Amino acid sequence: MSLLASLAAQAAQPVTPVTSVLVETPSVDWWGLLPLILLAAPAMVLLHASSLLRRVFRGFYATASVGIAGTAAAFAIVQWFRVTDLDGGRGPYTTVASAYTVDGYSVFITVVLCVAVIVSSLVADGYLRREGLDGAETYALLLLSASGGVVMASANDLIVLFLGLEVLSIPVYVLAASHLRRSASQEAGFKYFILGAFASAFFLYGIALVYGATGSTNLGTIRQTLQDDPFVDGGALLLAGAAFLLVGFGFKVAAVPFHAWTPDVYQGAPSPVVSYMASGVKAAGFAGLVRVFDVTLAGQVRDWQPIVVGLAVLTLLGGSVLAVAQTDVKRMLAYSSISHAGFLLVGVAVASPEGAAAVLFYLAAYGLMIGGTFAVVTAVAGPGEQATGIDAFRGLGRRQPMLALGFTVLLFAQTGVPLTSGFFAKFGVIKAAVDGGWYWLAAVAMLSAVVGAFVYLRLVVAMFMVEDIDPHHGDGDVVAATPAPVAMPAALTLALAATVVATLVVGFLPGLLTDLAGDAVPVVLATLP
Amino acid sequence: MSMFLAAAETASTPFPHLLTLLVLVPAVGSAVVALISKQRPDVCRQAAFLFSATAGALAVYLLWNFDVADGGFQFVESTTWVRDFGIGWRLGVDGISLFLVVLSGLLFPFVILAITPEHDPKPYYAWLLLLQAGSLGVFVALDLFAFFVFFEIVLVPMYFLIGSWGHGNRTYAAMKFFLFTMFGSALMLVGILALVATAADAIGAGATFDIRELAQADLATNTARLIFCAFALAFAVKVPIFPLHTWLPDAHTEAPTAGSVILAGIMLKLGTYGFVRFGLYLFPEASRWAAPVFLTLGVVGILYGAVVATMQRDLKRLVAYSSVAHLGFIVLGTFAMNSQGVTGGIMQMVNHGLSTGALFLLVGMIYERRHTREIAELNGLQRSAPIMAAVFTVVMLSSIGLPGLNGFVGEFLILNGTFIANRWYAVIAAVGVILAALYLLWAYQRVFHGTPRSVENESFADLRLREGLAVGALLVPIVVLGVYPKPMIERIEPSVAVLLEHIEARTGVAPAEGPTAERSTVEELFGAGHGDDASHGANAGKVDK
Repeated sequence: MSLLASLAAQAAQPVTPVTSVLVETPSVDWWGLLPLILLAAPAMVLLHASSLLRRVFRGFYATASVGIAGTAAAFAIVQWFRVTDLDGGRGPYTTVASAYTVDGYSVFITVVLCVAVIVSSLVADGYLRREGLDGAETYALLLLSASGGVVMASANDLIVLFLGLEVLSIPVYVLAASHLRRSASQEAGFKYFILGAFASAFFLYGIALVYGATGSTNLGTIRQTLQDDPFVDGGALLLAGAAFLLVGFGFKVAAVPFHAWTPDVYQGAPSPVVSYMASGVKAAGFAGLVRVFDVTLAGQVRDWQPIVVGLAVLTLLGGSVLAVAQTDVKRMLAYSSISHAGFLLVGVAVASPEGAAAVLFYLAAYGLMIGGTFAVVTAVAGPGEQATGIDAFRGLGRRQPMLALGFTVLLFAQTGVPLTSGFFAKFGVIKAAVDGGWYWLAAVAMLSAVVGAFVYLRLVVAMFMVEDIDPHHGDGDVVAATPAPVAMPAALTLALAATVVATLVVGFLPGLLTDLAGDAVPVVLATLP
Repeated sequence: MSMFLAAAETASTPFPHLLTLLVLVPAVGSAVVALISKQRPDVCRQAAFLFSATAGALAVYLLWNFDVADGGFQFVESTTWVRDFGIGWRLGVDGISLFLVVLSGLLFPFVILAITPEHDPKPYYAWLLLLQAGSLGVFVALDLFAFFVFFEIVLVPMYFLIGSWGHGNRTYAAMKFFLFTMFGSALMLVGILALVATAADAIGAGATFDIRELAQADLATNTARLIFCAFALAFAVKVPIFPLHTWLPDAHTEAPTAGSVILAGIMLKLGTYGFVRFGLYLFPEASRWAAPVFLTLGVVGILYGAVVATMQRDLKRLVAYSSVAHLGFIVLGTFAMNSQGVTGGIMQMVNHGLSTGALFLLVGMIYERRHTREIAELNGLQRSAPIMAAVFTVVMLSSIGLPGLNGFVGEFLILNGTFIANRWYAVIAAVGVILAALYLLWAYQRVFHGTPRSVENESFADLRLREGLAVGALLVPIVVLGVYPKPMIERIEPSVAVLLEHIEARTGVAPAEGPTAERSTVEELFGAGHGDDASHGANAGKVDK
């Protein structure tokens, strides 16, 4: 009722021009948009060139995709040095009428997205050939989706954020349904699309309400308005808007209770696409979430923090407990990715620069881990992704020890065993929570990690501990027939090896990544006045 | 403060990175073994032995060069690991950790030499070496982050050893072991971070994970108690202390022999060592506050372990439950919080590793021959295997705590310390000594005495040369430490004295030491000499409860 009243009041008032304190850049800074352009434009070229010159390009789509994403990442890294160097360099700035930010934070997420595309492309190469679906569409859609993610991470305006969200999502809806001959894939795409569209509607409505409350869609202006007058006319309006935005984000990052699509979509969609969903889409979702809540609505932290904390607890416990009940590996990983989203939400909920840095570290580390994990799942599942049950992994340790060992490293990383990047990711989040005084939240997160450990250990048991035939007892489980060896295409092997090595290197020397994540965060907090 | 000075003085050692090397050698060895072809099990075994024995040699070198009179940390190393978080690669050894380091250094090459796995030797040796690196790391870490990393990482190789090479219900046991221990340490991580954060506020400097600095921080009483509880839970699961012990019988029983020996010898000590190094040292007041609980649980563990051990039908499970009882003694000594108790507890950590390790080795040999561990199935083995029976007797008596063998020294000091601090606990715990005699002697009687009632028992083979050498290698320290424990005590005592001084300085309560006359009797008995008799003499008697 009061909501409607304030809405009406808002409508009756003439919209007063808000004087912006940001130095508006009238022109477009093309250099700042370069990584975005380098992802989107070549993706279009790839799509058209492949259909026009089908013979020439055949077989090189994945190479092209990796090259494009790699180039974009390389330019992003060049940008990184300019925007994070506050003395000699340019420092963080906004462009396109202050709708688009280029700061350490957005650059960091850009690189994470590019890496997600590279890993997924490497995995997709063998997958598409195996399934007889090879074509440029998958790669072009991946690159386009990543460009949407870059927009989301860089958006300094809610409308631009929404554009980014849609550009991120629509290609992934298509990708989820891209396996023509699997009805599960079609179902996954349809389900993801319907629920995703629903969530987008929520998001859009949230934008409208926030605009109604603050009179602007620009994040900097919103923040400024709220700082000047925390009790803006229509406080309820603002909160309702924020809540709707949270629903939209919650859907994208698969937070409980907005997670219902996750297991079905993860199970049905092609594994390389799921790899991108878990690494890229999640990263983009959290990028937007942190920028809107931790930065823009920083003044309203008392209002939204309890809700995000609640979401985090539900997501942590829901994800890890439900994962235990699964027998399908892809569903299991879906729930485990929900539980990881819970950890990330803890980093968001504590609303501190340390928390944001921990989220960045987590996204980078988790993106690599889950990319490698789905590489293994893609390979083991075999033609048509028939073998995704836990039994498919039985005795893998004996048949293909290197593959099993690599998978074990990735699983232990997700468990949070020390000397893997996964441990330090959890460590950072827990540290941020403890530093913020959220002891109980940290304890809940760690306990959910113990529950979640069961899931990963089950896979390890299946790989290493069930096929053995004990000479004395003879009660070991014996698999009836030895399955055919898992085919490992070169590109997929490369992706797996690279992710495993990265997981271990970051695990041993977490300083490599914490420094970067730490540099990326204060910038985002400082750039918006 | 004295610890700082000691650390600074001993920073320059003849061997600059001895401790890093000690941890790295087996870790590198693990990688090397993993790279050897699995068609060459002999090469794997030799390489594994070479690397673990090198670590053992380094540990002995450490023992040799250890400054007896110095109670502070020696061979200290410090390098930045993660700059932003104040995490460092900080290592050091004092009398409390010295013998556990040596035990970890020597027990692994011994196990590799004495026991051949039933299948898949290559991964088996790789995991063993990783386990050695991890356990050495736990005992030398002076940085909470490094400590936690090692404390957790040892789970992985042990999980694989139990799960892949164990018997019977091995995957269940492995899973239970992993999840129980991870549950304990999950909250410890929160505790560690809470400690670092609150200590950073208290000290006023940046965050650090250096335990020597953290020990100096003034924390609010309730904060310290809460954080102590988080640590204590992790250690209590690892020890394990009575109601958290249920993973131990499963893990011990299903583990392969090597796994059982290592579990008993080293892994269980991670918890008790944690209590001394991190519990007492970082949270003196909270430890004193919680002492009655742990003393009670220690006594309950002693009695419960003994009673349940008596009832076991499985010989290996019996030894496993006897560990619960023995570790109760160590907890008791630690929380007596006086010189005798803590010193005895540390000695007993090593002694229990030797005697229970040897027991597991012997049970493993019996199992290898008879393929059963049922006590009812075994009888009259003495007839066919007299040498094994003799060796078993000595090891068993050491475990019971017969004077003249190592078990007695530690148990006596623990009971002495407990008696001084809180005599009724000692009185009840002493009953546990009698019960230990009951279950072990009874088991021995059923297995070895009488006439063999089946063909298999009649044709039971006696110890082979290699087996004899293996058990003999453990018998030597069992006897030597029982007869002449002075070299061990005089290295442990100064560090314990430093620890107790630290506790006294932090809490303002002097350790409950007995009358001087009583103390000197102990010293005469075991020849423990330490330089600061005077300071203890001043306190002695005043605070005797």
